[in-house]
This record gives sequence, structure tokens and C-alpha cells, in this order.
Amino acid sequence: MQAMQITTRVACWWMIFRTALEERLAYRGDFALGTLMRFLPIVTQIFLWWAVFESVGGGNAEEGRLVGYTFRNMVAYYLLSMLGRAFSSMPGLASVTAKQIREGEIKKYLVQPIDMIGFMLLGRLAHKVAYYTIATLPFALVFFLCRSYFDGWPTPETMAAFAISLVLAFLLGFFLDLCIGLIGFWFLEVSSLLFVYMLLNFFLSGHMFPLDLLPSPWATIVDYLPFRYLAYFPAAIFLGKVDPDRLWIEVGIEFLWLLVMIAVARFLYARGVRRYSGYGG
Amino acid sequence: MTIIEISELSKSYRVYQKQEGLRAAIQGLWKREYRNVDAVKSIDLKVEQGEFVAFLGPNGAGKTTTLKLLSGVIYPTSGNATVMGHVPWERNNDYRRRFALVMGQKNQLWWDLPAQESFRLHQQIYQIEKNEFERSLDELSDLLSVRGLLGRPVRELSLGERMKMELIAALLHSPEVLFLDEPTIGLDVIAQHNIQQFLKYYQAERKITILLTSHYMKDIAALCKRVVVITDGQIQFDGSLDDIIESFSGQRILRLQLAEGQSADGLERFAAVESIELPRVTLRCPRADATKSLGEILQHYQVDDISVEDPPLEEVIAKLYTAPPEKAE
Repeated sequence: MQAMQITTRVACWWMIFRTALEERLAYRGDFALGTLMRFLPIVTQIFLWWAVFESVGGGNAEEGRLVGYTFRNMVAYYLLSMLGRAFSSMPGLASVTAKQIREGEIKKYLVQPIDMIGFMLLGRLAHKVAYYTIATLPFALVFFLCRSYFDGWPTPETMAAFAISLVLAFLLGFFLDLCIGLIGFWFLEVSSLLFVYMLLNFFLSGHMFPLDLLPSPWATIVDYLPFRYLAYFPAAIFLGKVDPDRLWIEVGIEFLWLLVMIAVARFLYARGVRRYSGYGG
Repeated sequence: MTIIEISELSKSYRVYQKQEGLRAAIQGLWKREYRNVDAVKSIDLKVEQGEFVAFLGPNGAGKTTTLKLLSGVIYPTSGNATVMGHVPWERNNDYRRRFALVMGQKNQLWWDLPAQESFRLHQQIYQIEKNEFERSLDELSDLLSVRGLLGRPVRELSLGERMKMELIAALLHSPEVLFLDEPTIGLDVIAQHNIQQFLKYYQAERKITILLTSHYMKDIAALCKRVVVITDGQIQFDGSLDDIIESFSGQRILRLQLAEGQSADGLERFAAVESIELPRVTLRCPRADATKSLGEILQHYQVDDISVEDPPLEEVIAKLYTAPPEKAE
């Protein structure tokens, strides 16, 4: 009986995932272009850091050091943080969630025997899988072209931690964005909130520069926020910037953050639905 | 067997009271005044298994709010309701597998995918057995004659076709109770008629319980034996359409076809004249006087043909919405 229930549940999840994937693939042209555009800033980034390191290194960029980063490290970091973002960024999730609340589309999840958060997670997973199938090639190409910026492959243990940190980054990114979207239960318009959040996210996740560059007390503050796991953390693992003794502890902390955000999202949803009065119809 | 039982059900919304003008808008940033809107005021209602009930009322009367309460989308402010023994707003899955809600203005299907894909997903969500699912889908798509459209992306379907797909999606799991919120809104006459015919047939066949809101009298006249009129959050009337006419319209319409050469002069002595387009004349008189007036008219005029009718339903309903009921004599 129990086993039966689990198989029917998995079958249902699979169908949700499949349907969402099919829907996403309807837009594959849009994807391919979007992925390529993503890599355009890379060129300016390389030039920018070249200039920075040149001035730090007294005219020789290769000699420059910034809090333990060489110029090559920095470019490698930038590429890896982009990979992290490819997992953790959730384009449209918060705004679509808020819109569904505002326009009453979430009724569907209340009337049908499905869980809205689970449904959206599967949808997003499909979104990402569709994205990766198309983005893998350009990603591989760029990493191949830039291979000289890397110091070879890390150890298998580091790679394992890196892979896990990417998966956790996906989940953490999902629940963080979802929470912003769920605020739509209280405020009909979340776009300015979302803007502030995205700006903070851009800095605090390490997407703009490695978080090691931050002076104290900012570095300490950022250490206690969940955003660093969205871009900085996976890249730092790969580049060996995380103390090997603390590697799994750090991954554990990321996991705890995930649990916290799941709880927050569940709480917001439960309270929000109670507050919900069926706007828009 | 009573399927739906509502007692003293009330729902009020708290809405932000917006003041006019820029100054007030700026003040509103700090201090907001709220106002309670009572959408549903202490409604009592019982619906038996197999009934087809129409909710009728002007916009904002509380029809949709009632349907939302019954489908568990919103919580009531006070009062109780049970549907098939479940409290709707507890939203337990047992209940959610046994009813369906269709809103004419809301789309539940995946926009960019063929309806068929949405249906397959419903099969999983509602755990419908494969054979059962295929049988239902065959039957429903034949009844609504949309079999050829199942593979077409929903966004390419017309409004009427989409509505039919919405109905299929809602009925695949064979719900015992169906809530329809303006299912024919915006549809052309033919699509409206198709959907009416379908609902009529399906309801008679399956003996399911249906609650419907609509603004189209044709929907209601064609489908519902029982009509519940809601105005201002309260039930004004609960009975059959005929009863509505009986108790809310104390008047009759007399249509005369006068013989050739017969003038219509002086008809106003017997009944109020609505229109004269010789040889046709339309008169109106109190229900109780109809027989007497007609007798007198026949004595004084040459009449080829007569019919006595109730005033148009729309007119009766409009009166019902705006004024307290006339006492039937």
C-alpha cells in the first residue's frame, strides 16, 4: 500500500516534470540566444580585471595579487561563478509567483489535489534541465577556450563537494526567490522589492567579485547570509579557496540554510493562503 | 441526500479605502483606512444530490464568493459549510478529488501545450486509472466534438473550444460536485448552446450536483430547475424559475392580432398599451385582471389571434435585483 502510494506519487511528479519540460522546449530558440548573450560580458570582465591586476602588479598583470587571487584565478572565478548562477538564478520565478497570486491563478493549486510549492519546484527543475541541454555546449566551449586560466582539475572529493554545492545552490536559489514571490500575498506589487533583492543578490552572492575581496566587517556579515552559496561558494570550492578541513562543514551549513528557507517558504505559503481572499475574480 | 449544506455562512473582505486626490494618496502611505465589505451575509442553503442549481444575481452580489468558499479557495469570516461531508476550506485531498471548479474567465490548461498534455497531467494528479481515463476522455471529447483539437496547442483554440477543453479537464476525474462560474461568458450563441446541451446531458446522465452562476438567462432557463437569487450577499429567493415569475411579476403581457380594419383606439381603457404596430398590439395588465380585461377586449374588438405571456425573464430578474419583491396577489 505504502509502496503503491510512492509509485503513484513519483508518477505524478514525473508527469508534472515532463509536461513542464515540453512546455519549456517550445521556447528553445529564445534559450539558445539567451545563453550566448550571457557570455558577452566575459570579454569586458577579462579586460577589466586585466587593468586592475596590472595596476596592482606594478605594470605586470601576471604579478598582481588580490587577497590571494592571481589574474588567472580571477578569470577562472568569474567563469565558475557564472556556472553557479546558471544553477541558482531563477529568472521570473518571484515575479511569476507574485503575478499568479495577484491574478488569482493560484486557485488552481488550491482546488486541485496538488502542492503548489512542489509543483513549482518540478516546473523549475524542468526549466533548468531544458536550459542545460541547450546551454551545455556554449558553456563547454567557453570553458575550453579559457582553459589556460585554470590550474587543472581539483581532487575528486573537491569535485564531489562542488557538484553538491551546485545542486544545493539550485534549491537554495529556488526557495529564496519563491519567498520573495510569496510576499505577493501581502503586497500586490513586489517588483521594487524584487529589484532591491536582485541588486543585493548580485553583490552578496559573489557574482560581481569574489567575496574574499570584501573588507571586514562586510566579509563577516556576508558569511552569515545565504546569498554566498548562490555563486561564490561553488567557485571557491573548485578553486580550492575553501579550507579542506572545513569543506563538508561548509556544505552542511549550506544545507541548513536550505532547510531554513524551505521552512520559511512553507510558513509564508500557509499564512499567505489564509490571508488570500481570491483577488481578481 | 443532502450534498451541500451551508449555514450562516459569511465572508467579509477588508479593503483599503482609497481617498481621492494626490494629498490623500500621499497620506495613504502612512495611514490607511480600511473598510469591510460584506460579500456574503449569513447565507443558509441546502442542495440535494443531483440538483442543478443556478446562482443568479447582479455583479458583486456574492455568487462567486460563495462558489469560492465552497471550493475551499477562501476562508469564511464565520459560519459553516460542508460539501459531501467535507469542510471545503480544510482542502483535504479526499475532498479535492471529488469536486471541480470551472471559472469562465480563468484558464487552467497549459497555454503552449496541446490540451491532451494537460489532461494527461490531470490523470496523474487525480490518480485516474488508465482505462477509466481513456474512456472518459473519449466520451467527453465526442460529446463536445473536440476530438480533432486535442493535439492543438491551447493558445491556438477559440474561446469556445478552450472552454470545452476546460470542461473536459474538470470532468475527467468524474467529480460528484461541479461548480461552474459563468461557463459561457463571452461565447457566441452556438458555443453557448453547445455547452448548455452538453451540461444538460452530462448532468442527467451522471446525476452529479452542479452549482452554476451565469448572467445568461438562456443558460439558466435551459439548465436549472432551481434558482437561487443572491443580491447584496443575501439570498433573495430560492425556488424554480416559474416561481420567480409567479411571485416577482404580478403582470401579464397580452398580445393581440387585430382583424383587418379594426382600429386600436380605446384599448387603453382595458389594459396599459405597450406598443401598437397594426395589426399587432401589445398590452400589459395585472395578472389577476388578465382574464377580465381579455373578455372585455374581445367584446369590443375584432381580434384574430391572442396570446397571454409572462413578461420576459430578463425584465423580471432586473426588477428582482433592484427592488424588494412585489407581493403576489
